[in-house]
Amino acid sequence: MSNFLKCLFLLTSFVSFSQNYFEGSVGYIDNDGLQKPLAGVSVFWENTSIGTLTDSIGYFKIKKLNNSKKLLFKFLGFDDKIIKVDKETYSEILLTESQNVLDEVIVNKKKKTIQKSYFKTQNITNVSSEELLKAACCNISESFDTNPSIDVNYSNAITGTKQVKMLGLESPYLLITEENIPMIRGASQVYGLSFIPGTWVESMQITKGTGSVTNGFESISGQINVELNKPFSDSPFFINIYSNNMGRNEINLHSNKIITDKLSTGLYIHANKNDHILDNNNDGFLDHPISEAINLFNRWQYINPSKGTVVFLGYRFMSDNKEIGENNKNKVFIREPWSGEINTKRFDSNFKFGYVNPSIPYQSLGFQMAYSYHDQDSFFGKRNYLINQKSFYSSIIYNSIIGSTLNKIKLGLNYSYDDYDELFNRVSIDMMSSSQRIDNSIGGFFEYSYDSLDEISLVAGIRYDFHNNLGNFFTPRLHFRYQPLEKSVIRLSAGTGRKASNVISENQNIFATGREIFLPKNAGNFYGLAPEKAFNYGISFRQGFYINNREVDITIDYYVTDFDNQVVVDWETQGKVSFYNLEGKSYAKSLQVDLEYEFSDNLFIKSTYKNYDVMKQYKSGFLQNPLTPKNRFFTNIEASTSTKSNGSKWKFDLTYNWVGKQRIPKHNLSLVKGFSNSYSLLNSQITKVFSKKFELYVGGENMSNYKQDKPVLGGYPFGTDFDTSIVYAPIHGSLFYIGLRLKS
Amino acid sequence: MKQIIIFTLLFSSICYSQTSSSSEKASFKVKGVCEMCEDRIEKGTVKLKGVKYADWDILSNNISLIYNSKKINLDKIHRHISMLGHSTDKYKAPEKIYNALPECCKYETNSIH
Repeated sequence: MSNFLKCLFLLTSFVSFSQNYFEGSVGYIDNDGLQKPLAGVSVFWENTSIGTLTDSIGYFKIKKLNNSKKLLFKFLGFDDKIIKVDKETYSEILLTESQNVLDEVIVNKKKKTIQKSYFKTQNITNVSSEELLKAACCNISESFDTNPSIDVNYSNAITGTKQVKMLGLESPYLLITEENIPMIRGASQVYGLSFIPGTWVESMQITKGTGSVTNGFESISGQINVELNKPFSDSPFFINIYSNNMGRNEINLHSNKIITDKLSTGLYIHANKNDHILDNNNDGFLDHPISEAINLFNRWQYINPSKGTVVFLGYRFMSDNKEIGENNKNKVFIREPWSGEINTKRFDSNFKFGYVNPSIPYQSLGFQMAYSYHDQDSFFGKRNYLINQKSFYSSIIYNSIIGSTLNKIKLGLNYSYDDYDELFNRVSIDMMSSSQRIDNSIGGFFEYSYDSLDEISLVAGIRYDFHNNLGNFFTPRLHFRYQPLEKSVIRLSAGTGRKASNVISENQNIFATGREIFLPKNAGNFYGLAPEKAFNYGISFRQGFYINNREVDITIDYYVTDFDNQVVVDWETQGKVSFYNLEGKSYAKSLQVDLEYEFSDNLFIKSTYKNYDVMKQYKSGFLQNPLTPKNRFFTNIEASTSTKSNGSKWKFDLTYNWVGKQRIPKHNLSLVKGFSNSYSLLNSQITKVFSKKFELYVGGENMSNYKQDKPVLGGYPFGTDFDTSIVYAPIHGSLFYIGLRLKS
Repeated sequence: MKQIIIFTLLFSSICYSQTSSSSEKASFKVKGVCEMCEDRIEKGTVKLKGVKYADWDILSNNISLIYNSKKINLDKIHRHISMLGHSTDKYKAPEKIYNALPECCKYETNSIH
């Protein structure tokens, strides 16, 4: 946005000089999309010998002639350009690099793929699309394997679903937004992240701790914002093919077309299929579902710099089908085999409008609205789960300043509407329980930011919401940054968050068990469960220094989430899952220490140690969260060869994860009693970049082949001791993949 | 519904009350060659009382300003920027201050980088 602002400003405010001269600046757009000046460019009137050269900043000034109106620009390695000069006195000229000359070798500092800023008030990490390439497969839920701030766990033994955690808390406590529209929530909580193909993502922003008030009251432990590709900036054509030895095949196609200089459109297609029947761990159940999905997205982008407007319009359709259960091929059953299906259909559409006052660039207005329809129809053995959610979200935000740009304000409103319809079986053979609920809320927010432009900055926000089910309440949030030295920064944050708990949809792994569901009440909006409320506060310290002229970076984060009220999901008793309101204490304390070091231009290492102390008052006692390791260690090594003149190079990536012991809920058939053993995982990827247009990659996941023994418990899958939810380690053994990327 | 109306009214009234008459715009050349210069010029200028907005463009060496003409005049802004070590098209930076600039900002000898 800031680039857009700059470009708007450039276009609208140039100095007017005497009419007899024409002046301007000559530049080009480099590979990073940045405008760079060109010095020494010949500038002369066509068919004359009258001319000049641009100076070191690409600037030139030339006397206007009566007999020639065409100005010619010539520079080695660039295409010639002619412009017509009439009454105008100033222009910016961009030259394009010639295609037929040898590419020059450009040496520059490599951009980190995960970037932390010294200047932002909030603790935000930017994850670039290049980082996302490191985990080549396939969707967002799998893209955090190389990211130390987010933990990825398997949610159960049969659906192949991965669940993300931050600060030791499960994903429902995170606010996951797509271009700042709340996205993965309610019905899509469990599978939603897997419905966003990785190649569609331009970048992600991960906020640790309490987020900004502008996006609502829901973020408790943090926020993940996903920015999708924009038709104007994405490559005109892109194709990605992926295939692994476990039968998974994926394809991604992007096509972007710039229709006029103001309008462009992009079509993004994703499809995946896996029909491979696999039971490597011999538990009689498929290790991963037989699945098939298609995901289509069309978006339009309109920009009008002279008027200061930007418009986005997009719609998307997704269909995903999974078959799970016992391996009934080549096997004779004397009873009915246990099987299941999870079929999801989703439609999304959104509209965004942004306006920057061209003459007052610090004033802007943003409006967005989104509608989504989500329908999941599933069964797990004899238990059914059906959920349908229709959502509407809209927000308007106004940005301005008080006095000067040192003091900025944001002011706005959000409206959200959710209509849930849910049907499920409490036990295997039972009447269906149903619940219908409408959540309706409107909230206003005000956020003030102060930036002294050197040592101190702060963001203070407050919002007030009227919610039909949660009541009316304030949500205050505060972020403070102090940077005493160029390379040291301390950040503090504190704030509250609330959430209406969609207990069943957030805990769908209940259904592939024989556990009976216990809720305080059989009916009602939240089955008698109170809304969740928590207070999150934290401190982050970052210090950079140099060893051998190479930057070293240490970050220490400590965050605490204290629950006032929480819906306790109690798996402690075999054959039962109980939901009840917290009575007593519940907290999650998380310590993370990151160390990053650039050994050379081509070798970069980052290591992380994490300690989680997540405790909760259960009916059976004050216990550590199950299936949450107290200690974790992570190392990622990134290496590459130098880029050759044709753009070719090799890239290597290695990720090591050590996962500490985890508390295992009691189950008399479980092989592990008390605590699981710690284990290590190793992932690696090699990419051969042939040119800017073509690359091939191969990789391996879980190369040390660590598997959980017997992740499916219970001899008879329709019995009460059947359980697939106690999963602490990978289900699959080693996995290898190969793929390619082609773009123009 | 009532709440929605109140909010909308509140919001729109603030949006439209922002047009201040004493705001003026200006644009002139300020010498500089690098991102550090940009930082120095923009930060140094916007911190000046009365200056609301400052954006300096490295390529054109142009600074774009919005300021409150009741609180500050353009001449003062020129002088202030030159005292930061960056010559404007009106005032040359004092030699002493120029010499104390970080190496990469020495625009008399460096080209844009």
